[in-house]
Amino acid sequence: MAGKTLYDKIWDAHVVREEDDGTALLYIDRHLVHEVTSPQAFEGLRMANRGLWRSDSIVAVPDHNVPTTTANRGNGTAGITDPIAKLQIDTLDKNCAEFKINEFHMDDIRQGIVHVIGPEQGATLPGMTVVCGDSHTSTHGAFGALAHGIGTSEVEHVMATQCLIQKKMKNMLISVDGKVGEGVTAKDIVLAIIGEIGTAGGTGFAIEFAGEAIEDLSMEGRMTVCNMAIEAGARAGMIAVDQTTIDYVKGRPYAPVNTDKDNTWDKAVEAWQDLHSDDDAEFDEIVRLYAGSIEPQVTWGTSPEMVLSVNANVPDPASETDAVKSKGISDALAYMGLTAGQAINQIHIDKVFIGSCTNSRIEDMREAAAIVKGKKVADNVKLAMVVPGSGLVKKQAEDEGLDKVFIEAGFEWREPGCSMCLAMNADRLEPQERCASTSNRNFEGRQGQGGRTHLVSPAMAAAAGVAGHFVDIREIK
Amino acid sequence: MEKFTKHQGIVIPLDRSNVDTDAIIPKQYLKSIKRSGFGPTLFDDWRYLKAGEPGMDHSKREIHTDFVLNQPRYQGGSILLARENFGCGSSREHAVWALEDYGIRAIIAPSFADIFYNNCFKNGILPIVLVEEKVDALFTETNLKEGYRLTIDLEHQFVIEEDELLTEKTPFEVDEFRKYCLLNGLDDIGLTLQYSDDVRAYEEKRKQQTPWLFA
Repeated sequence: MAGKTLYDKIWDAHVVREEDDGTALLYIDRHLVHEVTSPQAFEGLRMANRGLWRSDSIVAVPDHNVPTTTANRGNGTAGITDPIAKLQIDTLDKNCAEFKINEFHMDDIRQGIVHVIGPEQGATLPGMTVVCGDSHTSTHGAFGALAHGIGTSEVEHVMATQCLIQKKMKNMLISVDGKVGEGVTAKDIVLAIIGEIGTAGGTGFAIEFAGEAIEDLSMEGRMTVCNMAIEAGARAGMIAVDQTTIDYVKGRPYAPVNTDKDNTWDKAVEAWQDLHSDDDAEFDEIVRLYAGSIEPQVTWGTSPEMVLSVNANVPDPASETDAVKSKGISDALAYMGLTAGQAINQIHIDKVFIGSCTNSRIEDMREAAAIVKGKKVADNVKLAMVVPGSGLVKKQAEDEGLDKVFIEAGFEWREPGCSMCLAMNADRLEPQERCASTSNRNFEGRQGQGGRTHLVSPAMAAAAGVAGHFVDIREIK
Repeated sequence: MEKFTKHQGIVIPLDRSNVDTDAIIPKQYLKSIKRSGFGPTLFDDWRYLKAGEPGMDHSKREIHTDFVLNQPRYQGGSILLARENFGCGSSREHAVWALEDYGIRAIIAPSFADIFYNNCFKNGILPIVLVEEKVDALFTETNLKEGYRLTIDLEHQFVIEEDELLTEKTPFEVDEFRKYCLLNGLDDIGLTLQYSDDVRAYEEKRKQQTPWLFA
């Protein structure tokens, strides 16, 4: 019999029962909750007179709607000027109090983007099943966990039963072999992967990312890669546990510890040693990329698969033979205000956004700061903003003096939240504004109606902010 | 949840691939704490000339007259015909709530994004995967014939095209459990709670093996 993949192992360990047709009840260890996709679930519980199965499995935080301007923070939800957004966060606070859920409130230094704070608090552990009413839950797979987004009906289902009704996904291995070149980051790796397999390439699969270039990444980088598994169509992305994982988890508030009575940490670490695919595991699909050929990436269109090297030219719909694809390219160029064949490094930008659950961790802050240090934001850039992923990331960055580097260069240094990744709060693009963004989606209207998003790494966004247009980061150093 | 057994309705062709859930319902409407009322803002950016805000009277907004939902021939439509990777992106169930509130009961496409596909079943909407050639043919039919209708028979798993001359039945796949829930309009939380003892037994076993997951 063939060995097991990492996904097989975590799946098998969490099946409560399985029907003949493969429909399984899958046990959920960690449930992360935010204000946008939970109110209807709590309301559903109340209407059916149901309680929570396990309140201690839930960690809640407001992130999507919170203001990121300092003037609007520090006074609880009173600082939220949009009454509908305020009501949604007040509702989360009320629901968490009523159902006795641990919540990091808006003014708590531990508040931040749900996919930043889960790992930061050690609430995400290797081998766990993790769900959240948010598609970027795939982020947590970086810890050798099975983590994926769910809809609000499933949020309610997990709250009431601690389980999900699931059918097993297929296994895909994406191996990024060799080492990346200088200036090529985790974001470039994952954008190159999406460019290779397409936004639906991973549909129906759990993707395991492996290979030397992945193993070389820090946990922050691994989270960036797994975060965007959903942009390749896969609900779950994951990476095997190694020493990097264990070193990151150790000592975090929710992580196990050794006590006088029990050596729980040691036991956990021992159990986590098995969280990798067996040598003889069989995958339904294997994709290999050579790390050395990945260049800094920039998306040019309205889907994350519309991505190219910064030194490439925007494609021409006339050279695409497939009619549906050709129309996709011309629609995207029209929306993006680009012409076929235009050089990507000549595209000028209006705004820079450094943040989001993809790229708002301390390493991202450092990468961007290293580029802007001693430089100024270009005159044609109307707004350049940095939004750290959590209060703790913000504090760490300030302790390292990164806030000053950004501010001196003309960047705004904001309070933590999802911000302009999806523009639910006041941070957004105006129609036709063009943004170099470290977020995860370049969909039409994602950052504001009519807004034009180019997805890039933190270093590439910072460099574009200084130059006023996209530049190859490797030419700066 | 409304039962889905057999449904006949006007087909609305949405000829775009990779339609994401941001396009289905833009973010500003996600601030609602309710589950209903999203229909008027379905495909908001494509449907109206200017960006809308929650609380507006959407019936008074200027529309893009060429967008399918605004064309007189598709009024009252309840079957959405779409292209590959429909519903990609965000997990927001508001996208499905918007389709449901608008009156969509079934969506036919060559492929769907996983989370969206799953969310449909929780809300009485049937997503149907047909091969690309068949979807192409249905686009052609819909564009040619005003008031083009299809019948969807969930029990026997057929998409049925009927005219004066012939009846063509195209089979489709659907997961047994999901079909059962949809046919009966069942709340699956109630079904899962029948297995509470199994869940408790699992928890007891896991507390021994992996106590750190229960701290």
